[in-house]
Amino acid sequence: MSNPLKITAPEDLPYIAFEREFDFPVADVFRAHKDPALVTQWLGPRGMKMEMDHYDFRTGGSYRYIHTGPEGVPYEFRGIFHTVRENEFALQTFEFGGYPDSVSLESMTFEELDGGRCRLRGHAMYQSMEARDGMLHSGMEGGMSEGYERLEELLAGATAPA
Amino acid sequence: MTVISDDTALDAAFMALADPVRRSIIARLSRGPATVNELAEPFEISKQAVSKHIQVLEQAELVTRTRDAQRRPVHLNPARLEALTAWIDQYRLVREEQFRSLDAVLETSAGQAAPKAKEEQ
Repeated sequence: MSNPLKITAPEDLPYIAFEREFDFPVADVFRAHKDPALVTQWLGPRGMKMEMDHYDFRTGGSYRYIHTGPEGVPYEFRGIFHTVRENEFALQTFEFGGYPDSVSLESMTFEELDGGRCRLRGHAMYQSMEARDGMLHSGMEGGMSEGYERLEELLAGATAPA
Repeated sequence: MTVISDDTALDAAFMALADPVRRSIIARLSRGPATVNELAEPFEISKQAVSKHIQVLEQAELVTRTRDAQRRPVHLNPARLEALTAWIDQYRLVREEQFRSLDAVLETSAGQAAPKAKEEQ
């Protein structure tokens, strides 16, 4: 059983927040966010190729990566790491190439818990409600299809005539 | 603070759908109602285990059971499934998947600290 994911998405404020615990200490989870070789293993959706153009997880660093779907459609993501504090905090910009000039400001807080566990808190602030819902929606359709496909398959089966 | 989705109900639905046996049960029920015996047939697990899976799906309101007949067939609740297609739920699904991948990466890469024994399913 995996740890539950808590999501907050207000109807009247353009942000999304999430909270998720891991059965590993902060140092490991932070490293999985910092080391590009590890990041490529989990950030991209399964079934998509993730090409890391560059990924420099430190204050003032930047990143750019491309997810390519099975049909060869590329989805580009890029941004700048405004602040990175080892094993503690990261603040970055995030832009999806398919929704250009709409940049979100995203923070992650790493918090040590008892028993060698930790909690990750994320907060993404968008420029408008439309940017939040629209970007997320297009992002879902494109770069993040696997989970969605699973649901679609399920729905396709569920709504088929008995 | 307003939260768009009913988190508890959604969590239950996603937890329920995270299991491959339960997804198979849903897929089978999409072809029509079935009894517990019929649902247990394709699996190499006990009828009791299948009953437990059905209970989880029932609690998540993904399936319903008729009370009257002795067979008590299990029915799919397509409305509940369809309710999961809102963008916020897609976001949740994507994030869930991402963090599960991260769990797996941590499992194999956490060389520095001894990882805690993974919880049993």
